Amino acid sequence: MNDIPKISLRGVSKSFGSKHVLANVDLDIVGGESMVIIGGSGTGKSVLLKCILGIMRPDAGEILIDGKSATSGDRDAFLSRFGMLFQGGALFDSLPVWHNVAFRLRQGSGRLSKTDARDLAILKLRRVGLKPEVADLYPAELSGGMQKRVGLARAIAAEPEIIFFDEPTTGLDPIMSCVINELIREIVVEMGATAMTITHDMSSVRAIADKVAMLHDGKVQWTGPIGEIDASGDPYLDQFINARAEGPIESVR
Amino acid sequence: MAATTFIQGFLASIGRSTLGLIASFGRVTIFLVETLSHIIRGPFYFTELGHQLLRIGYFSLPVVGLTTLFTGGALALQIYAGGARFNAESVVPSIVAIGMVRELGPVLAGLMVAGRVASSIAAELGTMRVTEQIDALTTLSTNPMKYLVVPRVVAATIVMPLLVLVGNTIGIMGGYLVGVARLDFNAATYIQNTVDFLEFGDLTSSLIKAAVFGFILGLMGCYSGYNSGRGAQGVGQATTNAVVSASVLILSVNYLLTELLFPA
Ligand SMILES: Nc1ncnc2c1ncn2[C@@H]1O[C@H](COP(=O)(O)OP(=O)(O)O)[C@@H](O)[C@H]1O
Ligand SMILES: [Mg+2]
Repeated sequence: MNDIPKISLRGVSKSFGSKHVLANVDLDIVGGESMVIIGGSGTGKSVLLKCILGIMRPDAGEILIDGKSATSGDRDAFLSRFGMLFQGGALFDSLPVWHNVAFRLRQGSGRLSKTDARDLAILKLRRVGLKPEVADLYPAELSGGMQKRVGLARAIAAEPEIIFFDEPTTGLDPIMSCVINELIREIVVEMGATAMTITHDMSSVRAIADKVAMLHDGKVQWTGPIGEIDASGDPYLDQFINARAEGPIESVR
Repeated sequence: MAATTFIQGFLASIGRSTLGLIASFGRVTIFLVETLSHIIRGPFYFTELGHQLLRIGYFSLPVVGLTTLFTGGALALQIYAGGARFNAESVVPSIVAIGMVRELGPVLAGLMVAGRVASSIAAELGTMRVTEQIDALTTLSTNPMKYLVVPRVVAATIVMPLLVLVGNTIGIMGGYLVGVARLDFNAATYIQNTVDFLEFGDLTSSLIKAAVFGFILGLMGCYSGYNSGRGAQGVGQATTNAVVSASVLILSVNYLLTELLFPA
């Protein structure tokens, strides 16, 4: 029995100038579970992930990984436990696809040789449904859906124990969204990883989530298992999942 | 009444820009110290350095060559005209050489490479910032200062002296061509005068200036891009800032270096 959550946020706050983006966020993510964060655009979902990764420093609050402070200890060792798919893909456009995928494996002491890294990249590309020919193309030569898949392959290449997906289906057609959702679900299950996914696509939520947390006005408005979202009785959550213009969430933000 | 508010507003705006300037100076200094601290600690990305040497150095050769060639030629014409007023036309080769090597070679190359390279570094890093590629580097256990900034700054510092060496030579050649073809100098005498007159100190000072200018333009390109604002507008602004700040710094540091290297 292990009841220390994998990721634990305690009173995390972050402002930009006078704008309070996160105000006292508390959230626990249990190891091996898939947590989906929903919420309107600009509510600070991406900022939340960046705070966990230490790309941004929160103004207040504490972030614990396995019960230990995220800012203590070796930074490289810390980061090597994470994989992240960025909102816009964030592929390095000066590097070919295979090098993007195997980027982390070419860094540091235990780095792979070029051929080994390339072989592994091709394996990971196949895992996300891309042909080996793609390996030598450059990111600019790929369609949006292919870029997302390459980003996915890069996020999982080093087999991290925690994976973040920032809006994995935004900008994709419904069929491709469905494919990506299934892929994420499969990969998370087969790797046994802890996943945190940001989305505002309800079909993604239902496909990916074990637990759901809704961010609104800098706080976690509601959190609970996926099975309970339709009967939560929370007016904010109801408005969001039923996509209504009327409700407590102001449409002018 | 209106006059006082106008004056107050004017003074306030001067105060604000002064504070802004001091603040940016502080931020650049912090960036500089951070860059230096990463230069002396590994890991060092040699492949990246290689790319940047090629990009900054090799591809800047035509620009630097053309600029110094024409400037050397124009310099010869001007010095000839000026010298004629004192019956001292014979100084053309030596003054062209000293002007080129001590001042114009490094300054012109510095400004041209700032326009060409600092801007493209700023646009590149700015785009990487805006599209989260810099954040992505961090999550892939790669320090963006070490992977992006250090290779660019080091490459610019290494490559500028080489470019200036070529630029000086071509500039002196420009003077020579004009001297021989238009001003009836004897080819052998022209070269003899140039070689006899130039001292070793002229050359080393030229190369020191070049290295310092290279460091400045690399640093300002990286600083502007790395701290680029959000969106396409942020990147555009970063590009402009890089060129303007690098050029102004190169010209002012040039004056300081001239004072230091050639005390009156
Ligand atoms: N680096 C930054 N500087 C200033 N403001 C920022 C920065 N990053 C994000 N913000 C602001 O924080 C808010 C939340 O951003 P974000 O987390 O990207 O929203 P989303 O929930 O859509 O992912 C936005 O209003 C954005 O303008
Ligand atoms: Mg976002």
